[in-house]
Amino acid sequence: MSDATVPPTPPDYTQPGRVPTGPKLITTRFDQPDGYTYDGYVRTGGYTALRKALTEMTPEQVHQEVKTSEMQGRGGAGFPAGTKWGFLPPDVFPRYLVINGDESEPGTYKDRKLMELDPHQLIEGVVIAAYAVRAAQAFLYVRGEMALAQERLAQALNDAYAHNLIGRNILGTDFSVDVVLTWGAGAYIVGEETALIESLEGERGMPRLKPPYFPASKGLYLQPTIVNNVETLSNVPWIVNQSGQAFHDLGAPTSTGMRIFAVSGHVNHPGVFEVPNGITTFRMLFDAPEYCGGVRDGRSVKAFIPGGASAMWFFDEHLDLPLDKPTIDKAGSMLGSGAIVVMDDTTDMVAACWNVVNFFSRESCGKCTPCREGTTWLQRILKRILAGDGRPEDIDLLMDVSESISPGIAWPPRQTTICPLGPSAVSPIASAVRRFRHEFEHYIQHGRAVDGVVTPPIHGVHGGARIHV
Amino acid sequence: MSDVKTDAPADAAPEPPKKTTLSITVDGRAHEAQPGQLVIDACEDAGTYVPRFCYHHRMNPVGMCRQCLVEVEGPRGPMMVVSCMTPVAEGQVVRTETPGVKRAQEGVLEMLLANHPLDCPVCDKGGECPLQDQAFSHGPGESRYVEEKRHYEKPIPISDLVLLDRERCILCDRCTRFADEVAGDKLIHFISRGNATQVNTFPDEPFASYFSGNTVQICPVGALTATPYRFKARPWDLTQVESTCTTCAVGCRIVVQGSRDQLLRYQGVDSDPVNWGWLCDRGRFNFEAVNSDQRLGTPLVREQGELRPTGWSEALARAAQLIREAVDAGGPGSVAVLGGARGTNEDAFAWARLAHDVIGTPHVSAQLGDGMPVGLLALNRATIDEAASASTIVLLGPDLKEELPVLYLRLRDAAEKRRSRILEFTPKPGGMTRYAWKSIGYEPGTQVGAVHAALANDEIAQQLGAGNVVIVAGRANLAETSAAQVAALGELLAAVPGAKVLPALRRGNVVGAVQLGMRPGKDGMDSRAALAAAADGTVECLILVGSDPLSDVPDADLARRAMAGARRIIAVDALPSPSTALADVVLAAAAFAEKSGTTTNLEGRVTTVGQKVTARHTARPDWMIAAQLAAALGTDLGLESEADVLAAMAELNDSYAEISAAALAAAPDGVLAHVPTTLDPINPPTVAVPDRNSYDFRLVVSRKLYDAAVGTAHSPSLAHLAGGATIHIHPADLDRVGAADGDSVKVTSKRASGVFQATSDTTVLRGTAWVPFNQPGGTVGELIDATAPVTDIRIENL
Repeated sequence: MSDATVPPTPPDYTQPGRVPTGPKLITTRFDQPDGYTYDGYVRTGGYTALRKALTEMTPEQVHQEVKTSEMQGRGGAGFPAGTKWGFLPPDVFPRYLVINGDESEPGTYKDRKLMELDPHQLIEGVVIAAYAVRAAQAFLYVRGEMALAQERLAQALNDAYAHNLIGRNILGTDFSVDVVLTWGAGAYIVGEETALIESLEGERGMPRLKPPYFPASKGLYLQPTIVNNVETLSNVPWIVNQSGQAFHDLGAPTSTGMRIFAVSGHVNHPGVFEVPNGITTFRMLFDAPEYCGGVRDGRSVKAFIPGGASAMWFFDEHLDLPLDKPTIDKAGSMLGSGAIVVMDDTTDMVAACWNVVNFFSRESCGKCTPCREGTTWLQRILKRILAGDGRPEDIDLLMDVSESISPGIAWPPRQTTICPLGPSAVSPIASAVRRFRHEFEHYIQHGRAVDGVVTPPIHGVHGGARIHV
Repeated sequence: MSDVKTDAPADAAPEPPKKTTLSITVDGRAHEAQPGQLVIDACEDAGTYVPRFCYHHRMNPVGMCRQCLVEVEGPRGPMMVVSCMTPVAEGQVVRTETPGVKRAQEGVLEMLLANHPLDCPVCDKGGECPLQDQAFSHGPGESRYVEEKRHYEKPIPISDLVLLDRERCILCDRCTRFADEVAGDKLIHFISRGNATQVNTFPDEPFASYFSGNTVQICPVGALTATPYRFKARPWDLTQVESTCTTCAVGCRIVVQGSRDQLLRYQGVDSDPVNWGWLCDRGRFNFEAVNSDQRLGTPLVREQGELRPTGWSEALARAAQLIREAVDAGGPGSVAVLGGARGTNEDAFAWARLAHDVIGTPHVSAQLGDGMPVGLLALNRATIDEAASASTIVLLGPDLKEELPVLYLRLRDAAEKRRSRILEFTPKPGGMTRYAWKSIGYEPGTQVGAVHAALANDEIAQQLGAGNVVIVAGRANLAETSAAQVAALGELLAAVPGAKVLPALRRGNVVGAVQLGMRPGKDGMDSRAALAAAADGTVECLILVGSDPLSDVPDADLARRAMAGARRIIAVDALPSPSTALADVVLAAAAFAEKSGTTTNLEGRVTTVGQKVTARHTARPDWMIAAQLAAALGTDLGLESEADVLAAMAELNDSYAEISAAALAAAPDGVLAHVPTTLDPINPPTVAVPDRNSYDFRLVVSRKLYDAAVGTAHSPSLAHLAGGATIHIHPADLDRVGAADGDSVKVTSKRASGVFQATSDTTVLRGTAWVPFNQPGGTVGELIDATAPVTDIRIENL
């Protein structure tokens, strides 16, 4: 990306109509006041896909449509959903469908919106998916803190049951499935699919070691289980109605369909945006009035996290990368769950780094040593640096402890841990230390941040918000 | 022989034997690994120790500590994997010493030590600590951690016997996995999250497991300590001898550790056919009784109504005189010898010689009316391994969790791992019930009908016909005679002729004692009959060899009358008991770990028992007392040493023909003695059990692990664990009686009546009532008539 040649001047996206927008697939009801109700959903074409799937299509045909769409899972790993469904061993029953609504990555709130504003769309997708994979039962696992989402989903489930859209002999067909709503107890790690399964089984939400516990073969109650993200399944009704090919035709060939991004941080209009995959660039997303409407106060982007707190950070040279999985992977980070966090040039990078590491250290489940001990160790070193007690060797120590968690500190990360949570805490450190080492050194030498950045108040560190001008 | 083509295979070149191992490479060395093995074990077999904390070969791997990372060559180049979760595969290349592996292992160890307090100088584990040892062998040498460490109150009790220091804990999941997977007592668990994760109990619910001591043994740091050993010794001051626990008849292998001639600790030894390294807490901690200051160290003789200490020559002379007087008065048959199941094989053999050959009495019994007819030991005997791999395990006996705890662990494992189905017949659902494929509750006395009905069930009949069947048979209820139990066993054996039997007899060496002659001879009386004869004066002299009829005989009145009626009582014991207090001569016996020898477990497995400390004062082994008493009676048994006895055993007893010091030295897990051929097999009686009056309850009395037995009562750490002797009744029945939980009720049997506190207990079958036997202050024995087929009681609200 950083060739020696002079980069072409990026186009100005600040005028309306300069960015490609696409059709809305799954956010159509976000502005509809009663979009979350049964009536509002049915009035706008709801449950037609379910009827079509159950009465006109075989499970194999539904599966084929999803395969044709090449829709990548929206939970973070970006694995094609149709392929995942194909991993179920053919003759093992019962099998289960689990919907991962435990969205808890900092900055990620797209699934919450989908569950709050369009719960029936999700339920329709769930029942269609259950039909396609012949699941005996579906479990909707919703993050504990999302009270409104739970409430609306519960109401939607009751309404759907009342209208024979879930339950026995759905719509008069032979197909029956129950959808159970469960909610978590507030643990980030339960977003990891095997930890979610443990939690569903009533155990502590701790990841299982893969192998042998790949959910498709040994998942919930050690039966074959498909775990899909909320956004993934919310797309399924559209695919069934409009065909997989229609979905495939949207976006880029390498990242099909529309995709929701949740942008937060130092932009004028943070929010959830459905954008054409692979065509939009970060700069378009940040600057266009249709989307975020520019960085606040007209400042410049110092860094941004392209795909959730566990991703490697990007900087201004990455602004013109398209939102396309293979491209972002190649550039050394990920689109992950679609949470983009923008940091402008007043951001204290040491504090930002601590903020993310602190999150992971608190959310570590405590199962494996490098994550349990390592993330906390990193957090304490960073906090000590922020408090002005840093030592020159601390910067190398940060990198070396990171090395113990994620050998090589490379992307995609290698890990000495069971699940990727430990290496997630390494991403901000590797990103910040490599790019902004001088900010760390300044803290260590002078006991305060470099001039011109704002340090937020941090519990346990003396002082509060301090502006160094 | 012919040129017919079809005979060709006989002449064809033999197929090369199919390879049953997997060829792997460990650090460049070729190694043949077993299929299904994990890389961590294969490396160890190949001579490379991979450091580990969470991995324990008797529990499921969890891959949590991350210490055992190694590099395995995979399709996409070398991969760092945890060797405890990776199975071996043909052609696998494992590297444990690359810079990457070293870096990763050092990194993990540095993190494990980050929050560890490093208080090794005051830690009991220091010197035998896997964290300490592996920090030296695989650690980075020094820590760069300068932040504040985790702090917790230290230590906190998680049970009556175990303390937890959460600062030392490295959260390896061994104790918690043990509690869940092995013991089935999921009472400790991780709480909190991340760096605040800690092991703890549920609020107000202690880790009250019979197996809690094992967590201390398998803790890879000093986080778990056991109160009986805490701060008693440093590991490098301990010396040890391998031995076999004789608390019950499972025969768990142990090491007995001590310092300065004092017992300090037992640790389980991983004996594959027996205990897999596990012990129950009673077996682990009752060494305290050996150290008890109540121990009998010198012989006592009764003089003017008082027992006074004396020398051995006088005591033996007095004992011989008492025996002679009895023989003179009523012939050899007026002497009865009860006991012998608490000692070694050598003790039992010598006492059997003395009783049968020197005194000449046939009235010898190693059981105290609480066991089964000795013919049980003549049946086709199963081993524990056979039971734990049978397709069906039929339980027709006591609650194994209470009476034979480590056998319970083994059979529970068989059920949990889906190797075996357990078919339980029980008058009181107990520890094994939740693991049973089918648990059939029956009212005492009706087990024959219960078995009959079960055999008529197609599903059960099919299961019993489908594979190996092992019947675990013993006495399930002390408030009935063994007749119905024997009849039910006979019924089962007739229906499943190929079934093997594992005797569920309880006392440490009861199988050895019976097999070596501590059993009725021709026309000999069993213990109940002998006690009855003592009560009416036919038996003049009772010799109690490590037995305490007043505590152990279910029929309390019978025991009391026998002890009162016998004009001469000789007791051989290591600790004072209600029965020794009534003896005319008390011969002080060496206790466990004060003598060496052999013992026989319920399978018939003969293992060694080791001496760790010198016997208290002048106490001596039972076999020596027998030999000296024989000499005082004018017969030289020719037994001068344990080796003499062992040799005589092999010579005179066919079952033990192959047992020798050399054979035992070559087989640390022991040698199976042959099933005796001279015993008559059980003879299923026809039982006439009266119907229960609908106002009555049928009484079930059985043992708990902790009771008032001397070994427990003299172990301060265990004595207070014995519970109360309340009467347990189903809540609906309790309601019917008009009483509530905790009320005092009047209980009346044909024999006696007494006041008991009632406990509401849903596990008790309707129409029955359960009282634990021999609890401190318990009086249930008063209700029992040893001759009645069942005991029916009336319960009235006071």
